[in-house]
Amino acid sequence: MSNDAATPLGRDDTGQGLARLGVDIGGTFTDVVLEFGARRHSTKILTTHLAPQQAVIEGVERLVREAGMCPSDLGLIVHGTTLATNALIERRGARTAFLTTQGFRDVLEMRTEYRYEQYDLGIRLPEPLVPRQWRMPIPERISILGDVLLPLDEAAVRRTAEQLREARIEAVAVGYLHAYANPAHERRTREILAEILPGVIVSLSSEVSPEMREYERFSTTCANAYVQPLMSRYLKELEKELRQLGYRCPLLLMLSTGGLVPVETAALFPVRLVESGPAGGAIFATDVASQNGVSRCLSFDMGGTTAKICFVDDFVANTSREFEVARVYRYAKGSGLPLRIPVIEMVEIGAGGGSIAAVDDLGRVRVGPESAGSEPGPVCYGLGGTRPAVTDANAVLGRLDPVYFAAGSLALDIASAEQAIEGNIGRPLKLEAGMSAYAITEIVDENMASAARVHGVESGRNIGDYTMIAYGGGGPLHACSVAGKLGIKRVLIPPSAGVGSAVGFLRAPISYEVARSSYGRLQDVKAERLNALFSEMAEEAGNVVLAVPGVTAPNELRWAMMRYAGQGHEIVVPLPVNHLTEADIAAIAAEFERRYRGLYSRVVPNAVPEMMSLGLRISSSVHLPSPVPEQLPVGQATPSHVVLHFDAERNASIELPVFRRDDLEVGRTMEGPALVVEAETTLFITNKFRAFLNRAGVLECHVK
Amino acid sequence: MSRQVGNSTTQLAQNDPLGSVQRQVMWNRLIAVVEQQAQTLIRSSFSTSTREAGDLSAGIFDTHGRMIAQAVTGTPGHVNSMAVAVRHFIKAYPIGTMAQGDAYITNDPWLASGHLFDITVVTPAFFDNQIVGLFASTIHLPDVGGRGMGTEARQVFEEGLAIPIMPIARRGEMNEDLLKIIRANSREPVQCEGDVYSAVAAGEAGAGALVAMMEEFNLDTIEELANYILATSEAAVRAEIAALPDGVYRNTVTLDGYDSPIIIAVSLTIAGDQIHLDFDGTSPQSAYGINVVLNYTQAYSTFGVRCLIGKGIPNNWGSLAPITVGAPEGCILNAMRPAPVAARHILGYILPDAVFGCLQAVMPEHVPAEGSLGWNQQFRGASDHFGAARTWEILMFSNGGMGAQMMRDGLSTTGFPAGLKSIPIEAAEAAAPIVFWRKELLPDSAGAGKQRGGYAQVVEVASLGAAPLSLSAMFDRIVHPPRGRDGGENGRNGALYTGSGSVLAGKGLHKLAPGERVIIEHPGGGGFGDPFTRDLGLIREELRSGLLSSSSAKAYGVVCTSDGVIDEQATQTLRNTRSALASS
Repeated sequence: MSNDAATPLGRDDTGQGLARLGVDIGGTFTDVVLEFGARRHSTKILTTHLAPQQAVIEGVERLVREAGMCPSDLGLIVHGTTLATNALIERRGARTAFLTTQGFRDVLEMRTEYRYEQYDLGIRLPEPLVPRQWRMPIPERISILGDVLLPLDEAAVRRTAEQLREARIEAVAVGYLHAYANPAHERRTREILAEILPGVIVSLSSEVSPEMREYERFSTTCANAYVQPLMSRYLKELEKELRQLGYRCPLLLMLSTGGLVPVETAALFPVRLVESGPAGGAIFATDVASQNGVSRCLSFDMGGTTAKICFVDDFVANTSREFEVARVYRYAKGSGLPLRIPVIEMVEIGAGGGSIAAVDDLGRVRVGPESAGSEPGPVCYGLGGTRPAVTDANAVLGRLDPVYFAAGSLALDIASAEQAIEGNIGRPLKLEAGMSAYAITEIVDENMASAARVHGVESGRNIGDYTMIAYGGGGPLHACSVAGKLGIKRVLIPPSAGVGSAVGFLRAPISYEVARSSYGRLQDVKAERLNALFSEMAEEAGNVVLAVPGVTAPNELRWAMMRYAGQGHEIVVPLPVNHLTEADIAAIAAEFERRYRGLYSRVVPNAVPEMMSLGLRISSSVHLPSPVPEQLPVGQATPSHVVLHFDAERNASIELPVFRRDDLEVGRTMEGPALVVEAETTLFITNKFRAFLNRAGVLECHVK
Repeated sequence: MSRQVGNSTTQLAQNDPLGSVQRQVMWNRLIAVVEQQAQTLIRSSFSTSTREAGDLSAGIFDTHGRMIAQAVTGTPGHVNSMAVAVRHFIKAYPIGTMAQGDAYITNDPWLASGHLFDITVVTPAFFDNQIVGLFASTIHLPDVGGRGMGTEARQVFEEGLAIPIMPIARRGEMNEDLLKIIRANSREPVQCEGDVYSAVAAGEAGAGALVAMMEEFNLDTIEELANYILATSEAAVRAEIAALPDGVYRNTVTLDGYDSPIIIAVSLTIAGDQIHLDFDGTSPQSAYGINVVLNYTQAYSTFGVRCLIGKGIPNNWGSLAPITVGAPEGCILNAMRPAPVAARHILGYILPDAVFGCLQAVMPEHVPAEGSLGWNQQFRGASDHFGAARTWEILMFSNGGMGAQMMRDGLSTTGFPAGLKSIPIEAAEAAAPIVFWRKELLPDSAGAGKQRGGYAQVVEVASLGAAPLSLSAMFDRIVHPPRGRDGGENGRNGALYTGSGSVLAGKGLHKLAPGERVIIEHPGGGGFGDPFTRDLGLIREELRSGLLSSSSAKAYGVVCTSDGVIDEQATQTLRNTRSALASS
């Protein structure tokens, strides 16, 4: 690997380097991080939902000023956002129409007909993104072989387009049966729509998600169309405002896989951005894991609205091609909208600082998934919130230092938080405010711990063997308690934990993945055909990746999706990145059998291997940091001051030592219970743990 | 943990909170282990019914043959009948005679899940050279010869190849002789053999995951854990039953049957912490392949009970034990050899509805109106996508509407009770040379009610090329629609006809000329409560979507103007008039 590839993006070739900036828009806060060599500045600003770019610009300007720089000192801006996800969850997307093969307009509503909880007669199903009256049947039909069984009725497309124009439809998705095998009808439909509906963006299923299985493909395509106007408008605005302020460096967007793409690509396929924030977090955790030699890492990211849990084994986060967004029934698998996009595999729980607490009919404290978000936000923000949230509980318990909270940008109104908790939780349960607040944090911690436990169990992992890496605004506050419930013995709080996802953006590779259907029994596959397809694909992906300044010697991966003829699910067979010959085909067959045997014990003797599709990914290199030498604790650290903290076991307030992270010396220990405060977050060391700062600047908490 | 002896498990749970937490974790893990087995089946199987629809079950059993955990993915008819089947395997091949790498198979309808298409494969799991448990799975093969999947046979011998309990693998070596026989007897030899391999691989995957779990938790047996799971589950179900009023509750359902209507009569007895279901009074067994073996009757009727009682408690030997089922020998729900049984699912699917009718008196707020039953379609042909000669078979699953409940509308096109996924059109067309011309919601099919039933679907299919196509129809509720409850109306009847308008029988093998379409209208779900009290906003929404026509809106006491908009005043008058009539 050349040295060039190892150069972080955004540096110029004088080695002097330009600063790089990461921006993460979450449901509650917009986090901004600026890095310049070893220096790092960061800030948190309440998300401005109506015009999200406002908070971004404010944060960017603030940090550039703070660093004493000017816009031209920036070499790169990397951006991730949950805007698309939230639009899907809150149904705030465009007025969308869906043109589909006549006879199949209800695919979105009929789903797979599956009851995801066999014994529950009360399950709920997701509402389709496009209501029935805007699901428009078009006479046309392509066969499984890609042949035209019924030509496209162009007049019907025109009539439909006129109707959509009258209805002021803002986005159009087109999904025809077998369009992944022959996209001609979808493409022609787009041409006609462009004539009649100029300016309306059209998403084709053959481009957004070119894979067999109509429900998942149509669902993904409609989701893309649904968020596209919002996202492309936002991205254009943001780019324009940045340019006007003099920021001329490239703007890259984070994908759900953890790769980066230029803003134009992101605007075409915004559905690929849905998990971009959490993906940045997973990259951040991977980086920290590598630096601290943690080969079994549980990444724990708690923000304002949700908590995300993801396993990183041997410094690689798991990825998946199946993802569900906007689950409507107890976060149950099957109750959301399926998206066939590549994502980093994680579990998301409606548990964040903004999660609202209430007492249910049975007298039990319930927390989330409803969230106060940033508007109105928790009661203690003083922005009009009246129902107590997790952050209010932390404030009442004494775990938030008003001076430090959100870098001092928000004055905490603890008295109102106490009132709200007393009124909503204390009174019905006949508990004091302190004990009520404790109940809220215990329940939310238990919720997160059980989600992590189930995720671990589902994937067969023994969670007690893992080291937790905690970040996000709320992560460090809850980490030790959640870890204690899970039997986790070591918790790491990296520097900049409060803005971890935004830091992760700056560690991500520029990366783009392309897939092509290429069906054939392996015995009939011709090497020349594969070579031709791969060179097309390499060009397409290369155009995206190499367009980014600083990428010079990218890595390329190639693979084939294969199975036995008659099966429905494929396995990945890696292919060499070079010109293939007929001899390679035999090698591919052998590799398929080797991998198949590895998965399913034995090969199937009378079955014939076939190739379904090809994949190719081009990415810039990533350099994981080398482990720092281990640090053993030496002596005690000195607290800066003490605060009163409610102790549930004694049912009384006690003095809690508070340490300032900036003042800590490496190796000096702090016995829990104690607080460590810093700009964007606070670490609460429970009485089960003791902590010290290690040589990487990471706070290590160990079970006593 | 495993070395703790003496105490009964329930006592332990109380006295040892940490140990009880660890048992919870291991219980969850066991469910994850069998889910891994189920996912291996889905990933590696060949037939669309297993890989796309999830027509399978997977579970782990202790060495006494008691089911400890089942995969979340699975269909009740397989799960609950497999729960009974494993003990027959242990009887035929005692635990002491099994070796590592063995796997055993049968498709005997009376021992396992009710027809020859379902194979059950049992794999012993070894740890330190000891058998610690058994993994079992049941899947539906695409074809086992005979007359094929359908109602037409007169004896089970005509329904295909029978495999008595025997080894399919011995010490890791597949039983090639048996595989040859299976291949030679199937219209889909490659798929059948591939599916058998898949079932064996899934058992091995389960055994591997169990061994890893035992190493991790430092167990040398799962006996103690099994006792804890079964005792906890059984006690929880018994507690829920005990909270219900004792009594005998009866219900009768009439179905179309093959050549004459069939009566399902059920009495449900709640006595203390036990439930007994008895099907005395049910019609005698049929001359056609719609008969049901007792295993399968037990599977689906127990499932019906478990949807309402103890639904949060995982399914296992313990949670099933308090519910017993009986049916007179020779009745259609306890058919005797050699009765034909291939399409036994038709009556099996009605059993939860039959049970619900009994429980209406006990828990009216939860019990749904009757639903559509799944309409399984077996298609058959003799040439491939390119017109070359090749026999093929494909089983499609699709659903009408579910019944409404007191507090909610019935779900449209949702698989109840089998819980199977429909097979994606694109995957079905890849597997067989057929073309779906329509598969969408069927307007006006939902039973009216304060809560309406679920909407059904209509499906149109024809052959792809110039070859003829056969459809084995296994449909009911064409004459007898799903009934509404508490003043709710019946769902719409199902219908079966060709593109040229000929009406076809709901059961039987129909040959279709090349290109001729068959139109399959599924039944709609029954409504719940007086339709005249349904919210007008909801009716307006369904009128707008095109699911409800102006003329059908009359059932709700809704009058529409000529352009299909609700005439509020006329509607109010109509609704008031009727309620005045009712109260006078």
